[in-house]
Amino acid sequence: MVRVEFLGPIQKDALELEITDLSQLAAILQADESLHEWLTNSAVALNDTLISSLEGSLKDGDKISLLPPVCGG
Amino acid sequence: MLYLYDGALNVPKILADWYTQEAQSNYGAYIPFVGTVRSEDGIDGLSFDIYEPILNSWFATWQKKAHEKGAIIKMAHSRGDVLLHESSYIAAVFSPKRRVALEFIDAFVEDFKASAPIWKYDLKDGNRRYALERSTAIKGSGLLAQ
Repeated sequence: MVRVEFLGPIQKDALELEITDLSQLAAILQADESLHEWLTNSAVALNDTLISSLEGSLKDGDKISLLPPVCGG
Repeated sequence: MLYLYDGALNVPKILADWYTQEAQSNYGAYIPFVGTVRSEDGIDGLSFDIYEPILNSWFATWQKKAHEKGAIIKMAHSRGDVLLHESSYIAAVFSPKRRVALEFIDAFVEDFKASAPIWKYDLKDGNRRYALERSTAIKGSGLLAQ
């Protein structure tokens, strides 16, 4: 099971998904209309490290986080 | 040295504490930046969410860069609500010489604005509204829209 967390202002509960790669995750999230804008402007972290590619596989226990635009200070 | 607080920062105490902590460390320069909530657009204040795991690793990367120049960084930030004329952010660089600290504080604060996983909301009329138009998408955003 892979956990997907939506951080900051994305008002959505975490998901637990049976997926094995990020392309599957992209397809699932793109089917959710409420996430369309967030998917275009959010960065993605795998186990708290930002990633720059959808390559590679996911394993049981992995955590994906979506990080929308930031503004600290 | 990253410090997170609930609510507004006690700026005089934090600046004094940091000064005292490094008073005998032989740094020639201590350059702090303090961010204060201004009155604009009728807001009552700002509010912040922080994602600590990635903030910690982002900060550690910058601390390593500072150490390579013989400097250190300290940073304090608020969680939750911070009202007008209160402060939510302090960053400071200590270095042997002023030039390193002046250049480093500029680069650090710019990257903080663009990369640190902190989300800002306007407090207005009892509502907490995400400040999307003042926010910056982290480099590489949009991966899952492809």
